[in-house]
Amino acid sequence: MPRALFEKVWQDHVVVEEPDRPSVVYIDLHLVHEVTSPQAFAGLRSRGLRVRRPDLTVATMDHSTPTLPKALQVLDTQSKAQLAELEHNTTEFGIRLYALGDEKQGIVHVIGPELGLSQPGMTIVCGDSHTSTHGALGALAFGIGTSEVEHVLASQCLLQTKPRTMEVRVDGRLSPGVTAKDIILALIGRIGIAGGTGHVIEYAGSAIRALGMEGRMTVCNMSIEAGARAGMIAPDDTTFEYLKGREFSPQGADWDEALARWRKLPTDQGALYDHTVELDADRLEPMITYGTNPGMAIPISECVPSPTDFADGAQREAFHKAMVYMALEPGKPLLGHKVDVVFFGSCTNSRISDLRLAASVLNGRKVAPGVRALVVPGSQQVKRQAESEGLDRIFKAAGAEWREAGCSMCIAMNGDELSPGQYAVSTSNRNFEGRQGKGGRTFLASPLTAAASAVTGCITDVRRLELGPL
Amino acid sequence: MVPKFTSLVSRVIPLLVDNIDTDQIIPARFLKVIDKQGLGEHLFADWRYGSDGLPLSGFPLNQAENQGAEVLLAGHNFGCGSSREHAPWALMGWGFRALISTGFADIFRNNCLKNGLLPVQVDRGISARLLADLERDPMAKVAVDLESTTLRLPDGSKVGFPIDSFSRHCLLEGLDQLGYILSFQDRIEAYEGRARCPLPV
Ligand code: SF4
Repeated sequence: MPRALFEKVWQDHVVVEEPDRPSVVYIDLHLVHEVTSPQAFAGLRSRGLRVRRPDLTVATMDHSTPTLPKALQVLDTQSKAQLAELEHNTTEFGIRLYALGDEKQGIVHVIGPELGLSQPGMTIVCGDSHTSTHGALGALAFGIGTSEVEHVLASQCLLQTKPRTMEVRVDGRLSPGVTAKDIILALIGRIGIAGGTGHVIEYAGSAIRALGMEGRMTVCNMSIEAGARAGMIAPDDTTFEYLKGREFSPQGADWDEALARWRKLPTDQGALYDHTVELDADRLEPMITYGTNPGMAIPISECVPSPTDFADGAQREAFHKAMVYMALEPGKPLLGHKVDVVFFGSCTNSRISDLRLAASVLNGRKVAPGVRALVVPGSQQVKRQAESEGLDRIFKAAGAEWREAGCSMCIAMNGDELSPGQYAVSTSNRNFEGRQGKGGRTFLASPLTAAASAVTGCITDVRRLELGPL
Repeated sequence: MVPKFTSLVSRVIPLLVDNIDTDQIIPARFLKVIDKQGLGEHLFADWRYGSDGLPLSGFPLNQAENQGAEVLLAGHNFGCGSSREHAPWALMGWGFRALISTGFADIFRNNCLKNGLLPVQVDRGISARLLADLERDPMAKVAVDLESTTLRLPDGSKVGFPIDSFSRHCLLEGLDQLGYILSFQDRIEAYEGRARCPLPV
């Protein structure tokens, strides 16, 4: 029987399958960060258990780490204690840790692929919903809760009910100014933030194939914003080229063996999905969110909807609540709306290609007076790469802040945050109430849209800015 | 370790907003803890307290008559967003033992089941009827019975709710799922023996 990518990876990892029971699934790579792991290690300790496979467990510090250069010691006492706890736990249980100050430290979903830890055909979990990012390499990767972190630490396995599958086909060619971020925002706008519940999404089609690895990560990253368990993309030459020579990628004869195995992963002709959704890449525009969940997204040139656009009472209610929180008027355009802060960063859009896009717009231009622009690379390695290309100089010359790696204003745990009432265009993934700081208001968009808006000080369609050469 | 869930009879607090995400249930600034204690205090913090830090009297959790209620009636897609298990810990910390909604986000639902917090999924009609009952009589009670997987509405009618038989069994017995996984130790070893080591470490 022809099998889809998901099916192949799933079947490869089932340890126990019994009727009326969730399957016991083996986990190849367990990523750990400071916020969702302390209680899991404590649980382990209280039961007198060890970590079964410390060699398949990798930890980093990212959520509450400071990003101000030279101020890496300035932390509130709670964050300090949490980071110390991770250090203590990883030392006690023999787990590799990319601690604050390490030259490979960074956001967990940036460093996994970057180090070559995340590979095609693997099962990957982390106590973090954006673990779906790693699916871009053809892995089955999903977020879990802290109880499950403890399960994986103790057993290297997880209990899972088999999810359903959804194919998202994106065919055609993206127009200039339209990016991977716009594909995924358009999808979430279409199927809604619960549209993928219970499903693993496989992204396919010519527009997906045409994306580089980092664009694919952006797409898979926000699968969770559509409610999906995971997002996956079949590995191809783009994937293999990306992986070749990375620190943890197979080398020599192992590489050839791995390549042969990986080439068998793509979905077989004729494999079936439970659902299929199609998007036409030719017709996509830069997208932006106007509300308080990522499904409240529109093409940037369109107006904010009106209450009458929602048939369902609960949806109308949610829309109304979002309008109040965002202090926006229904039916009005977003273009030209003032912006106080522009945030470039997060596991969605903080990789080198994202920074290059942002720099291509900011090069030779200035951040508008009164606007605060923050560029937070996803990892120390991304930071160094950007500096070697001179991108940091472009950002600084434009008047933007160039920071150390971390989650930063995506989650506002480290002191980088919006003030109440401020408007931000952000390249991150969540525009929930208070996500970027209590009372802060977020417009999610691509690095291009964010950069164009930073320059003008208001929401701007990058296609209307004359692009200078990088 | 996991509290048992068999049945309960309780008043219901309605919070019928769709897509309540876990950042609303417990904002990120309260995630800097290394244990599970005291999170109930911060449940729905940004909706529950004013900028002066004082409880907002209009928010249901702050109303005297709602203290002690064990059931929350929430809108669709409850618990979406971040995977933080601090969300069910905070809900239980406040005193909730069961949640009624037309739909729960996947990770959140999993997290609830691992903590003895029962997600009760009903269809739109039932949710609307329960809300109407509560508007007529805010003191009305529901009965949640996991043995028979039924919810008894204030008018006495009963509806079933879905839950997989494994989770139901674990909740009824207060079983911890890690114990179940570890009972397959030899199968896990056998798998490791035949599977290639995933990482060259
Ligand atoms: S960047 Fe934001 S979404 Fe990504 S892992 Fe960090 S906090 Fe989570």
